[in-house]
Amino acid sequence: MEFNATLLGQAITFAILVWFTMKFVWPPLTNMMDERAKRIADGLAAAERGKQDLLAAEKRVADELTKARQQSTEIMLGAEKRANQIVEEARETARQEGARLVADAKAEIDQEVLRAKEALREQVAALAVTGAEKILRQEVDAAKHADLLASIKAEL
Amino acid sequence: MASNATDYIKHHLTFWNSSHQAGNFWSIHIDTFSISLLLGFIFLAVFAGVARCASLERPGRLQLFVELIIDMVNTQVKEVFHAKSKVVGPLALTIFCWVFLMNFMDLFPVDLFPMIAQWIGFTFFGMEPHHVYLRVVPSADVNATFAMSLSVMILIIAFSIKAKGAGGYAKELLTAPFHASNPIGAIILAPVNFVFQMVELVAKPISLSLRLFGNMYSGELIFILIALLPIGAQWALGAPWAIFHILIITLQAFVFMMLTIVYLSLAVEAH
Repeated sequence: MEFNATLLGQAITFAILVWFTMKFVWPPLTNMMDERAKRIADGLAAAERGKQDLLAAEKRVADELTKARQQSTEIMLGAEKRANQIVEEARETARQEGARLVADAKAEIDQEVLRAKEALREQVAALAVTGAEKILRQEVDAAKHADLLASIKAEL
Repeated sequence: MASNATDYIKHHLTFWNSSHQAGNFWSIHIDTFSISLLLGFIFLAVFAGVARCASLERPGRLQLFVELIIDMVNTQVKEVFHAKSKVVGPLALTIFCWVFLMNFMDLFPVDLFPMIAQWIGFTFFGMEPHHVYLRVVPSADVNATFAMSLSVMILIIAFSIKAKGAGGYAKELLTAPFHASNPIGAIILAPVNFVFQMVELVAKPISLSLRLFGNMYSGELIFILIALLPIGAQWALGAPWAIFHILIITLQAFVFMMLTIVYLSLAVEAH
């Protein structure tokens, strides 16, 4: 144990070391470490926020999907109904049209029948007259038997 | 090894003194002073270098190592020292690193640096090798340990005065630890209190420095004794002691730092 001026020298060295550390080592490094810790904390908080946002967005998407599905189902049901209606309407129209056509045809046929009857009547009358003429030419005078002929004609 | 064991030990325990006559106060231990200065500069160079080009986003390995130490010191300071101070953190860091580096010199082979010094002294300066002295463990020199602990004591006084004011500190020196309810009792107790306080104040640096000095001196001495063993047997004791010494040098550096923080926090806090 021998004390001498080394003690003073060591004390000065020590003071210089502490001063230098205080000035150039400790503040920048601790500040940077605090800054980094803060940044990490911020990052973690942001990540947490992002996760929450993602969950919310996923929920919204699911809701929208459900709504869209519902809407499409509604639209499909409406369209089916409308199609059925149209088919029903078309069927009704067709039925009416068919009935009308049948009625028209029937009326025309009736008319045709009438017309044919008339023609036949005419022709039969003419034939009868011709036949009667041929018969009567030999025995009867046409003028004499005109009344008779007319009554026959009326009966036809 | 040395033919004369006593001579060998004595030679290893003699400082490289700037003056040849013993007891000269104004002489200086060149080995202690220069080695501790060099180690201090190494510490500053590494830490200031890291601090200068420190990267927040992508710290390198050295930076992470430095940050590890700073974080350890900072945690201890925050746990023990509750007042705000710009000095305590850097002071604790400097003490820890500097003391650790000075202690670390103990782990180099005991003859390595003295032999290099002897060779240099003999070759370049024509000195008698036996008169070249070099002790490489600065913390095994009471001057180095007391320089730190007395600086810490000055800081304790300064912190006390700054926290309590000169009057408050003087009052504390006279009225604690024994309190008197009446003025006469206080006057009687004042000198007793003062003596107690002085003993407390002086005991702190003495215990701080002697603890470190004792550990390092004894460690060095044991390494010297191990070096006296036959060369084939040295590792059997040297290796375990060196491994154990790694613990001791770190622990002593930590204890010195920790007690400094505790003393300063006691100085700041009211009793």
